[in-house]
Amino acid sequence: MSQLKPNSYKTGPDANGHFGLYGGRYVAETLMPLILDLERAYNEAKADPSFQAELDDFLEHYVGRPSPLYFAERLTEHFGGPKIYFKRDELNHTGAHKINNCMGQILLARRMGKTRIIAETGAGQHGVATATVAARFGLPCVVYMGEDDIKRQSPNVFRMRLLGAEVRPVSSGSRTLKDAMNEALRDWVSNVENTFYIIGTVAGPHPYPALVRDFQSVIGKEARAQMLAREGRLPDAAIACIGGGSNAMGLFYPFLDDPDVALYGVEAAGHGIETGQHAASLAGGRPGVLHGNRTYLLQDADGQIIEAHSISAGLDYPGIGPEHAWLHDMKRVNYVSATDQEALDAFQLCAKQEGIIPALEPAHALAYTGKLAKQLAKDKIILMNMCGRGDKDIFTVAERFGVKL
Amino acid sequence: MSRIARRFAELKKQNRAGFVAFITAGDPNLETSFEILKDLPAAGADVIELGMPFTDPMADGPAIQLSSLRALKAGHTMAKTLDLVRRFRTHDQTTPIVLMGYYNPIYSYGGQKFCKDASTAGIDGLIIVDLSPEEDPELRPHAKAAGLDIIRLATPTTDAKRLPAVLDGASGFLYYVSITGVTGSKDIDPISVAKALKPLKAATSLPVAVGFGIKSEADAKAVAQTADAAVVGSALVAEISRFVGKDGKLSPGAPEAVLSLVRRLAASAHGARN
Ligand SMILES: Cc1ncc(COP(=O)(O)O)c(C=O)c1O
Repeated sequence: MSQLKPNSYKTGPDANGHFGLYGGRYVAETLMPLILDLERAYNEAKADPSFQAELDDFLEHYVGRPSPLYFAERLTEHFGGPKIYFKRDELNHTGAHKINNCMGQILLARRMGKTRIIAETGAGQHGVATATVAARFGLPCVVYMGEDDIKRQSPNVFRMRLLGAEVRPVSSGSRTLKDAMNEALRDWVSNVENTFYIIGTVAGPHPYPALVRDFQSVIGKEARAQMLAREGRLPDAAIACIGGGSNAMGLFYPFLDDPDVALYGVEAAGHGIETGQHAASLAGGRPGVLHGNRTYLLQDADGQIIEAHSISAGLDYPGIGPEHAWLHDMKRVNYVSATDQEALDAFQLCAKQEGIIPALEPAHALAYTGKLAKQLAKDKIILMNMCGRGDKDIFTVAERFGVKL
Repeated sequence: MSRIARRFAELKKQNRAGFVAFITAGDPNLETSFEILKDLPAAGADVIELGMPFTDPMADGPAIQLSSLRALKAGHTMAKTLDLVRRFRTHDQTTPIVLMGYYNPIYSYGGQKFCKDASTAGIDGLIIVDLSPEEDPELRPHAKAAGLDIIRLATPTTDAKRLPAVLDGASGFLYYVSITGVTGSKDIDPISVAKALKPLKAATSLPVAVGFGIKSEADAKAVAQTADAAVVGSALVAEISRFVGKDGKLSPGAPEAVLSLVRRLAASAHGARN
C-alpha cells in the first residue's frame, strides 16, 4: 500500500470520526442520538476555557500532575546504551494513567447533566479510576468486569467496592474486557436518559477515540516539555504499551509531527504471536468492526472475534484504537510486541534495578525498551511511559512464581 | 415488486397486521434450524428474520446471545446461513427473508460479494444492527445493485431531528425498536408504541414493523392494532433453549414447540383488528 505522507498526523479524525479507513460510528440506532449529543457537548467543552481550567485544577490537585520525568539511571547502565527516561504516570492518584481520562469524562458528564456513570474494565485500573471520580462527584457508578478478570485482579475489585461502585461480573463470551465492553454498551442502550458511559481507552464510536486521546495527551505534552527542559532536545524514541492504546496515544500524540522521534507501540504477544494465543491485533489481526469502530481485530476467517490472551488483563483485548490502526498503515508508529515471559522478566528487572514495581502492562513497554536499548548508541534518548504501578499484579506474578500470598 | 413489498401490500389489502418470526440461523444446529425455518410460513410467519450469529451481539439480551453462541458452537458460518436460505427457497418462493445481525461477518465476507450471494440465495433485505446510516454508504450501493432492501431501525431515542437520517436510504420496511434496551429485556408498552408510530407513519410510506419487547400473545395482539407487523425473536429462541441441556445436548421436540408458539403468536397478530 503506497500512501502519501500527510503534512500533519494530527488532523484526525474527520467530521464523521474516521481516521482513514478506521474509526466511525458503528452503533445501534438507539445510541446514535446519544453519541451525537456527546460529540456536540465535547466540542462545546473544548471551546470553553473554563472547562479546561476546571480540568487542569483537578489534574494538579487531585490527580497529582504533572507526573515526573525520571532518568532511570541504573537501567540505563544495565543496558549500557541510550539514556532511558520514564514518564511516571504510575504516580498518579489510583496508580495509572486511566484517571487522566476519567477526570475529563466525568466533568463532561456533569456538564451534560448526566447522573449515573458506567464503565467497562479489564485490569480494573480504569474501573478504579472511574469509581474514584464517581465517588468524588457523588454519582452512582456501575463497573462491568469479566469474571476471569475479577479473579485475576481481585484487589482492584475490592478497591472499586470500597469506593462505592457496584462491580457487575460479566459471564458471557470470553469473560474478559471485550465482553465487559459489550455489557456496558447493553447497559447504555437500556439507560439512555441519565447514563454517561466512561470508556477507558481510545476505542468505541466517535467521538470517544478522539476524546480519550485528547484527555490522555497531557502525558505527551508534559513529557515533551520536561524533556526539552532536561535535555534541551526531544527523545529519539518514545515507547508505550498497547491494550486499547490510550496511554500510547496520549504519549505519542504531541510527538506525531516530530519526524525525528521514532514511536513504538508494544502489543502483548502472550505465549507468542506464532501460537495464536496473544493480544496483538495489529500483528495478528485484520480490519473489522467491533464496539463502535473499525480497526484491526483478532478474528477468524468468518469474521467472528477471537479471544485475546495476555498475562496482563489490561492488554487482553482483541482490538486496538482506530487511530493506531491508521498510524500503523501510515507507518508513523512502529508496532512491536512483547511476550508474557518478556514482560515478567522486565517486571522483575525494573523492581530490582529501579525500585519501581511496574504494572504488567508497562512491563511490556519496558521489555521492548531493553531490546531497543541494545541497538541504540549511548548518546540517544528513550522515553518510556510508565503508565501504571504493579501493586494490582502481585497476585498474578506470585502465582506465576508458584508463591502463595 | 419485491417479495417484501408484495407481502405488505397483501396484508394491507386484508387489513391485518403481519407476523414476523426471528430465529437464529444454525440454532441449535443446522438441520434443526432448517426444520424450523421451512415450516415457519405454514405456522403463520408472514416475514422471516434470520439471525446471522456473531460472537459479540452487543444489542442483544441473553436469549439471543445464547442462541448465537449455540449456532457458532455447532460450527455455523455465513456460508451456511446462505445455504439455509437457498434450501428454503426450493420450498417457498414468496415468504420474504431478511437477514439480521452485526456488520463484521458481512464486512469480513466482503460487502459486494455478500450482497450478490445473499440475493442469489433468495434473501430480500438486511438489518444490520451496528451499521448506522452514517456508515452504511459503504454497503448501500452493493445492496441496491443486488436488489436487497436496507431495513433501518427507529427507536424511542429517534427524535424529529434524527428521523430524516434514519429514513434516508431506508427501504423494504421500517423496524421500530419498541424499548430502550437489548432484545428481550423490557416489557413493551402498547400505548407509548402507538404514540411513537404516529410521527413515523407520517414521515414514511414504508410499512412499520414493531419488535424487541413482544413476548406474549397479548403483546402481539396489542401491537398489531397499530403496527403493520409484530416481530418476535427472543421468545422463540428461548423456546429452543428449553430443549438444550446443560451439556449442550438437544432433546427432541424443539421444532414442534417453536412452531406451535409461532402459530399462537401469529394468530394473535392476525386476528388483532377483527
Ligand atoms: C496500567 C495500565 N496500562 C495500560 C493499560 C492498557 O490500556 P491502554 O492501552 O488504553 O493504555 C491498562 C488497562 O487497564 C492499565 O491498567
